[in-house]
Formats: sequence, structure tokens, C-alpha cells
Amino acid sequence: MDGTSAGLTLGRGFADPVLGAQRCFRNILAALSEPGTVHVLDEDIAAPAPLSSGAAQTLLTLSDYETPIWLGAGAEAAAGYLRFHSGAPVVADVGAARFAVLRGEAGEPPLDAFDPGDERYPDKSATVIVQCAALEGGEGLTLAGPGIKGQRRVAPAGVHDGFWDEVAANHDRYPLGVDLILVAGRSIMGLPRSTLVTRTERRR
Amino acid sequence: MQKSVGPPKRDEAYNFAYLDEQTKRMVRRALLKAVAVPGYQVPFGSREMPLARGWGTGGIQVTASVIGPDDTLKVIDQGADDTTNAVSIRRFFARVAGVATTEATGEASIIQTRHRIPEAPLRAGQILVYQVPQPEPLRKLEPKEAETRKMHAWGDYGLMHVRLYEDIARFGRVATTYSYPVLVNGRYVMSPSPIPKFDNPKLGMCAALQLFGAGREKRIYAIPPWTEVKSLDFDDHPFEVQTWDEPCALCGAADSYLDEVITDDKGSRMFVCSDSHYCEERRAAGHVGRLLGSETGQKLTGGAKE
Repeated sequence: MDGTSAGLTLGRGFADPVLGAQRCFRNILAALSEPGTVHVLDEDIAAPAPLSSGAAQTLLTLSDYETPIWLGAGAEAAAGYLRFHSGAPVVADVGAARFAVLRGEAGEPPLDAFDPGDERYPDKSATVIVQCAALEGGEGLTLAGPGIKGQRRVAPAGVHDGFWDEVAANHDRYPLGVDLILVAGRSIMGLPRSTLVTRTERRR
Repeated sequence: MQKSVGPPKRDEAYNFAYLDEQTKRMVRRALLKAVAVPGYQVPFGSREMPLARGWGTGGIQVTASVIGPDDTLKVIDQGADDTTNAVSIRRFFARVAGVATTEATGEASIIQTRHRIPEAPLRAGQILVYQVPQPEPLRKLEPKEAETRKMHAWGDYGLMHVRLYEDIARFGRVATTYSYPVLVNGRYVMSPSPIPKFDNPKLGMCAALQLFGAGREKRIYAIPPWTEVKSLDFDDHPFEVQTWDEPCALCGAADSYLDEVITDDKGSRMFVCSDSHYCEERRAAGHVGRLLGSETGQKLTGGAKE
């Protein structure tokens, strides 16, 4: 008997699906309305790879049968987990996804591959969850825009080369563009398309 | 009078906060997109609520999707905590979500409002939820949704400026006193809901998150904290707010929005704060207005209150 067959390793969702999702949503709402601030989610959920705890909780909170999710290759277990808990279809078509999970690796689709919405309905755009190594200790960035009083400095670590250029190009398309939720473990940081991200010049 | 009421027992016959989970997820997704594109109206699947459309169903659905058991809710209607609409919405959430309610602006984590922004400055972490009857600022100028969508898409707001200009040509000033259109984050013209234009300066660079829900019109929009919001005007006719010749007759405030109250059938009148909690707090702090001790003032403050 093999006790580790796929059906038995799904992993749990929120301990309380109603209030767990509510608390997680408030963190996501706060993260996106004040870009660059770090919010630690209440629960720690062990979801199948490649989903981090934060990415899994974000998707459990926001996804359902109306929201196709793109996970990339080698994510069969995670796809099964999401199908079971949220009923969301996991799709291979990057442009059809409402939610996507990037792992910060080279070779992943660029941000402009995801649906940016259309000019009459910019809300139809995708929300991209970017799994980072950490939300601090990386390259220094300066943020400005709605939700930020003056400027805010952040330094997420562990994204692929050229990623911040993609983020800047995404902002240039405003009001079109995708919205980013950066995740490390169960900490999240919002970077909506309205945020202007520039590299902070290194001080010597 | 009791200022804050501790958490009541939730009615277990309903899902938490009345709405089903799928509806909440749909509203929550709309809210996040609204926050990401400040001032843009996100369509959403507005549900039937146990309240007629036009009585705050949009605000209720937004509040229901946001609220948690640890929140403290304040509801105001035209600034007042004790009018019918405010009282019933507060009781609704006390029953279906079991949340604590309050009349104190500073104690509330979520404030649902109809047609006013509280006088006391809001703080970071608070959420202000507006009930919106008509979310489309251009609707009276262009009845077709397909056309107004295009105007927003292309940032084509010439029609709105013509409307404001016609006011100036006819009256010598912009005659709009409520629902005064604003430009949010330099991109979208937005209706601030029918708040008096006196409140417009509080919309921008506010520490709190502002969410707008229009239930009948099925739209959600938002202003994140610290966002630039500009009331539309012209260089030679800058935006101005209302002023009054006299201060509040009950608390003497000269910096708050005043309602006119007719006190008899001989034409006597008084002006009192529209924000009832602000007025009460000032009176409790010892501020005295012209008519506070008089019979008329007694009637308005309800005597038994405090």
C-alpha cells in the first residue's frame, strides 16, 4: 500500500474557510492599497510545490471557478490542490489566466504576456503572484504613486534579471497592466500597476 | 447615551456577514482592481440585499466583503449616526457579522457613509465605505454606458469641462454644490458620491482607504490612501467650498459642514453641524454654541443624550 499517492497529499486549506479568507483578504487589500508595505498572513499553510504559503493563501482567498490560474510547468500537485479547494481551472494559456504564479526563475513568461485588460475595462487584467526569496535584502527600489506618502523604499530579493524593467514597462501602460503581489513565505507585498518603481541609485 | 456597543451575538442562520463566499470573492476581486486603478469604475455582480436598491446596497456589499469579527463599525447617514438608514445598517451588521458598533469616528475601523465624510481626520488603517447612487460622473451628460466607457478609456473629459464652463457663463461660478466631479491620480474623472463639495478637499491625500459601492448601478471604485484627488476647476475660477456666516448653533464650530434647521413657522432658523458625533464631542469638551441652552437647542440635542 502506498500511502503517499497523490490523493492523500493534497494538504489543507484555511482552518476556517470563511474567516481565514476574510483575514487574508484584508491583508491583500492593505498590501495593494499601500504598495511596498509588508503584511504577514495569519496562517501557515503547507501547499504542494511550487506554491508558497503566501501564494496558496492568496489563491484560496481570491480564486474560484471564474478565475483561470496559470502555474507553469511541473505544478501538477499544486493544480490538484487548487482544483480541490477553490475549483479554479488551471490553464496552460498564459493570456487566459486571471491569476498567475511566477517563481522568479529565468525563462518564465514576461509580465507583458499576461492579460493587461483593455482600455474600456482595465479591471479585466491578470493578477500575478511573484514568489521571491525574501521581501528585503535585494536590489534597492524606490516606489511612488497612489497609496504612498511621498516615496517608499523596498528591496525584494530573488527575482530574475530584467524583472524590474518589466515592472516599469507594465507601469508605463497604465491604466492597463497587471497587478503584482510579491510573496515570500507567508509575507506579502503589493505592487499594483499604478506604482512607479525605479531603481534606487547605490550610495557609497 | 452609550457610545460603543461591544460585540453582539451573531445570528448563525446566516453566513458570516450575510453574503455567500462566492459573492464575497467576486466583490473582493473587484475591490482589488479598483484599488489598483484609482477612480476607475469596476463592474460587479451586485446582489439582492434585504434592503431596497438605492438605500445603500452597494455600500453594504462592500462592507460585508471587507468586514471581520474584530472590526468596529460606524455608519453615518448625512453625517448623523442616529437616522433610520444608519441605525438599520448598523443593526444589520451587528446581527449578521456580530461586530462591535460605535458612533465614535476615532474608534471605528470601518465607517460606512452616505453623503458625508466625517469632520475628524481619518487615520491610517481605517476604511471609509461610501454608498453611491450614481457612480458615473458623465451620466447626466451622456446617457449611453458604451459612450461613457469610451470617454473614460480615452480620458476625453471635454464634455464635463463644457458643463462646468456653462455654469460659469450662466451664474458666474460653478453652481454644483454636491457630487462635485474630481480627477483621481491625474487619470479618471470620478463622482465622489453626493457628498457636499465642502468634503471634496478631504478626498485627496487621506490616510484612510476609501471604497465606493453602487449597488443598483453595479459599480465599485476606490481611492487608496495618499492619492492625489483634484476637484475640477479653471485657472480663473478656482475650486471653492461652501462657507457660512455663523458657526454651529450648538457647539460653535466654525470649521464644519452645517445643516439648516427651520425652528418654527415664522421663518426662524439655525445652523448645526451635520456630523452629529463631531458636534457631540465638541459639546462634551465644553464648546458652547449660541442656542445650546435654549429650548430649541434642547429639542435638537434630545435632552436625554449624553
